Amino acid sequence: MPLESFLFSTLRLATPYLYAALGETLGQRAGVLNLGLEGTMLVGALAAFLTVARTGSPGLGVLAALAAGLAMASILILVSVVLKGEQGISGIGLYLFGLGLSGVLYRMTAGGVRTVEGFPALSIPLVGPILSGHHLLTYLAFLLVPLMAWLLNRTRFGLEVKAVGQNPQAADAMGISVLRVRALAVALGGMLGGLAGASLSIANLDLFQEDMIGGKGFIAVALVYFGGWNPYGVLGGVLLFASVNALQLWIQVARLPIPSDLALMLPYLLTIAVMALAPRRKTEPAALGRAFDR
Amino acid sequence: MRRVDLLPTVVALGGALLLGALLLVALGVNPLQAYGVMLAGALGSVQGLAQTGSKSIPLVLVGLGIIIAFQARIFNIGAEGQMMVGALAGTALALALPSAPGPLLLPLVLAAGVAAGALWAGFAGFLKARFGVNEILSTVMLNQVALYLMQFLLSGPLLDPAELASGTRIAQSASLPPQVWLPRLIPRTTLHVGFLLLPVLAAAVYFLLKRTTLGFELRAVGQSPEAARYAGIRVGTRLVLAMVLSGALAGLAGVVEVTGLHHRSLEGMTGNAGFAGIVAALLGRLDPRWLIPAGLLFAALLVGADKMQRSLQVPASLALALQGLILCFLVSAEAWERRRRAA
Repeated sequence: MPLESFLFSTLRLATPYLYAALGETLGQRAGVLNLGLEGTMLVGALAAFLTVARTGSPGLGVLAALAAGLAMASILILVSVVLKGEQGISGIGLYLFGLGLSGVLYRMTAGGVRTVEGFPALSIPLVGPILSGHHLLTYLAFLLVPLMAWLLNRTRFGLEVKAVGQNPQAADAMGISVLRVRALAVALGGMLGGLAGASLSIANLDLFQEDMIGGKGFIAVALVYFGGWNPYGVLGGVLLFASVNALQLWIQVARLPIPSDLALMLPYLLTIAVMALAPRRKTEPAALGRAFDR
Repeated sequence: MRRVDLLPTVVALGGALLLGALLLVALGVNPLQAYGVMLAGALGSVQGLAQTGSKSIPLVLVGLGIIIAFQARIFNIGAEGQMMVGALAGTALALALPSAPGPLLLPLVLAAGVAAGALWAGFAGFLKARFGVNEILSTVMLNQVALYLMQFLLSGPLLDPAELASGTRIAQSASLPPQVWLPRLIPRTTLHVGFLLLPVLAAAVYFLLKRTTLGFELRAVGQSPEAARYAGIRVGTRLVLAMVLSGALAGLAGVVEVTGLHHRSLEGMTGNAGFAGIVAALLGRLDPRWLIPAGLLFAALLVGADKMQRSLQVPASLALALQGLILCFLVSAEAWERRRRAA
């Protein structure tokens, strides 16, 4: 495969992972594991898809995805932040809810609509064929990396997020409302999860199918661990992962004598290997997964 | 085990059904009619009751494994994949020895399923014990790997020669030799003798957790790995063992579905029981004594949802959404109860 198209598809395939994993990073830095990201992405993808099918406006589609992500995040905020339910289980609950809900709504509303006209490819002069020709959401996804780093490291909100994820008791003693900061971080993370779904349904693929996320949400959670809870580390993980995805597509297209089902396993095996062999991170938020009680 | 408080179970089921009713109203379906169809479909006939009983088999088997792993605070999300590899291993063995006598072949086939599930889960346990890999994430990844492995085997090496000959190439294996089919408990229904395994295994798991050193050690590891290590328990091997036992039961669930119900391997043969078994285990408050009633109740819900889809055209995905809501209600009610007890 020409290197050019390999790199182009790597950037394109990185888009949903970037939104999802950066949003998850924010929540996890505040101490909340959102395992329901997969379900959030599904509902976001469907909301964007249906909105664009009705209105023809990708911009409105994005708004719908953000709202859907926020609604899904609200469930997690209620269950795991306010009521302090076990985060691993509530996340699986959120996943199953999103999977079921998007399936029901798609079957009962979309009717015969199969594809939509989503974000167009933008041709950008002077940057070359690898960087030009993506849709707006891809460019925004990469801009989000420094933005998230700035939010976490240079703003008061970012400091509060890290404080409640590291030592909520101390943060509480300093007058920070742990619940408020965690709720905000999860809400923003959920909205990015919805956007991640939209980047598939109204940009990368321009279609909706039941269960279309196919595990990308869970992989995004794993990429946050891999990236050491740091936006630039997450970017590295996403690019590595997206390039393996691009490679696997190429194996299928080039009709190499490797069964496509086995090629499809590659990204998941790689994720497992990387989680096992990456050096133990000291950056894991100390209170990750733990409910806060005074 | 202390006395079990079933309040969260009641709250969760009631809350989920209530929200489900709102969703039905929003979709323009009369919820009373829908739930009536569910109830009649699952419990209103011998066929329905038999289907509910047969649906509960994988839920309870998977649930028992979830309970064991959870003693050590391991959350095994991988039962879905462990069921698939169990079913495939049993299928491959049975098809390789089609003329072996049933009394010899059936135990071997079941053992192959158990071993495959145990290995698949044990790998995730090993990754956690040796490298500290979060088992939730590794088992989710292994689910996807098992799914592609199944698709590969069922459309290639294990593909039914009849499908190949007719050119339809539906991804499924050949029919298993009849001597490994589990007999039906009630003729002309789906309920098979695998159901009789449930009380036996539930009692065995109860005994294991309550009366044996291993059960005590698993709980010790779950409560505090550091303290357990200090007390001389080899924490790593206990984590792996918990996953191995958990996966063995899920593998058994897979191979029992194949020998008891489908009589072949095919896509979708797990019926999502790998996830639904988690819900059943939590509904039974992670207590083997309550798991069978919880499994039956939950199976009735799933069978009923299936009937609802057929007669009212409500997509069966609604059952998935309800499962998710049940989980959310369960953890909320449980956390609330924990704080109330602490106060």
